Amino acid sequence: MSIISVKNIHKTYNENTVPVHALRGVDLEISEGEFTAIVGPSGSGKTTLLNIIGGLDRPTEGDIRLDQTELSTLNENQLIEFRKNNIGFIFQSYNLIPVLTSKENVEFVMLLQNRPKKEMETRAKELLNAVGLSDKLDQRPAQLSGGQQQRVAVARALASKPRFVLADEPTANLDSKSTADLLDIMAKLNQEEQITFVFSTHDNRVIERARRVVTMVDGKIESDETFNR
Amino acid sequence: MKQIFKLAWRNIWRNKRRTLITAASVFFAVLFASSMKSLQAGAWNEMIKNVTSLHIGYAQIHAAGFWENRSIDKSLSEEDILQQLNEVEPEGLVGYLPRLESFALASSGDKSGAVLVVGADLEKEEQHSELSSRLVEGRLLEKGEPGVILAEGLAKKLNLGLQDSLILSSIGYHAASAVGLYPIKGIISFNNPELDKQFCYLDIQVAQEFYAAEGMLTGMVIHLEDNSQLDGVLTSIRGQLPPEDYEVMDWMELMPDLVEAKNLDEAGSFLILGILYIIITFGIFGTLLMMTRERMYEFGVLTAIGMKKWLLSFAVWIEIIFMGFVGAFAGIFGTMPIVAYFVQNPIDMSKYSEDAASTYEKFGFHPVFPMNFDINIFTSQAFIVFIICTVLAVYPILVIQSLKPVQAMRK
Repeated sequence: MSIISVKNIHKTYNENTVPVHALRGVDLEISEGEFTAIVGPSGSGKTTLLNIIGGLDRPTEGDIRLDQTELSTLNENQLIEFRKNNIGFIFQSYNLIPVLTSKENVEFVMLLQNRPKKEMETRAKELLNAVGLSDKLDQRPAQLSGGQQQRVAVARALASKPRFVLADEPTANLDSKSTADLLDIMAKLNQEEQITFVFSTHDNRVIERARRVVTMVDGKIESDETFNR
Repeated sequence: MKQIFKLAWRNIWRNKRRTLITAASVFFAVLFASSMKSLQAGAWNEMIKNVTSLHIGYAQIHAAGFWENRSIDKSLSEEDILQQLNEVEPEGLVGYLPRLESFALASSGDKSGAVLVVGADLEKEEQHSELSSRLVEGRLLEKGEPGVILAEGLAKKLNLGLQDSLILSSIGYHAASAVGLYPIKGIISFNNPELDKQFCYLDIQVAQEFYAAEGMLTGMVIHLEDNSQLDGVLTSIRGQLPPEDYEVMDWMELMPDLVEAKNLDEAGSFLILGILYIIITFGIFGTLLMMTRERMYEFGVLTAIGMKKWLLSFAVWIEIIFMGFVGAFAGIFGTMPIVAYFVQNPIDMSKYSEDAASTYEKFGFHPVFPMNFDINIFTSQAFIVFIICTVLAVYPILVIQSLKPVQAMRK
């Protein structure tokens, strides 16, 4: 049973006089608990596809369904609400709130969900412990390394108990050790909590760990391979 | 909500220098505006207090139509009015001060000048305005004593002192001839150039005899505990006195010129403060413009992770309000001791410039300006800053409302 269903998605940008076709009829089905990497060269459309799956952008044409919800039927506020409760985002440049500590950054998403204070505190500590940052609870992003910040971002993405985590080039700014640590953490969470992970990446270190690799070229899916890892 | 406030508070200190520069501009605006308003209010309060407490009072009762031409022929019967007023006892009323006032020619030797003769019950006047504290020389008159108390400026003008005598001549009630010779028993100073150059006091009975107006008064001053009770007292008295026979006027009706001058002065300062706040508004707007542009990416991320736009707008509004209030409260707390100092130590213009002091005197102002410590002046500045910040917050709020997360994060 697919938890993410993408059907004939097209996306055309008309920012300049010449229209740019970022996606040209993409079909993709992703099942619950998958650990999928969307790969391809720059400009192949992988980030655009991820943005559309995450409800951050709307397709020019086509349907996108996430766990029985047709995203095109949601208005902007409903989309924000949907993202808040169902999707965790990990961005390339971490994007933590600079004035909040690690713990507060993780709690922030739960704050938006109006969770009780006690629950927020407990879960934030658990998640930061899970990503190996139990000793950095009160540090602000500027006091953490890139790898540590990205681990806080992972904890934040999981704080809302999402069905899916979408990660756009999560390891692009990390060294080998931090990348390996991060992938270990995400793989563990994927297996233990059955959270569906979808990455866009062109990092071989990530591709080697993915159980499914979808390759995109020029806005189309060129190959879709599954591995037993 | 606490977390949103915490976030906003921390955000304003992300760029400390910029926040401090913005807050400093608000600080100086509030400092200048509060000081200016306090000085203006202090000067006018002093002027109004002088005029109302020493002469006009907060309100007066006359025979209907008296105030329009102020003729002694439009006097009222003391007995009749007291009889009417005995029927009402409004809260806050201390009493009534009988007056018989008219102009006369004062002369001594080869000097003469027009004076306002105020026939008054000096014992009651003493309770009302502590007249004796204004005595420069001599003493107040006793009941029925045939003597005169001269204002200091008038005494100087006529070159008179204690034990000298003054001849008063005028036209009395119903055109009776009025002439009298009165020894000077006291010299009084009002600290008001206008009053100082034209006033002289007679005992009320002596004045009634002088003007051949026995038992008659030109008016009754209403003596109150304080100005806040004025409206209630006037309503009671107006309800008792038939309007066809009596007019009851408050100090604003009695001195429309003073009210007009005050309004004109306030309009001038309003213009100056308006220009000042417009400059401050642009200063804050510049900060907001930079802050909004710099944080587009962050706004995009926050909406991406599920922060509703109204909540994000609210957080940004709180930030702007915080930034304005840091400056506003610093300005208020910086101004308070300054104002408190000048309440106790009024600015005496004569210490700084004799010319400026004499110019003020020519226009009827005592050239000593106390400030007025009124909490409303300070809170109104904070309110203005609040309004400015709220209006300016419309810009980032509009940007947030039209924000598309992907575009914002791409920038």
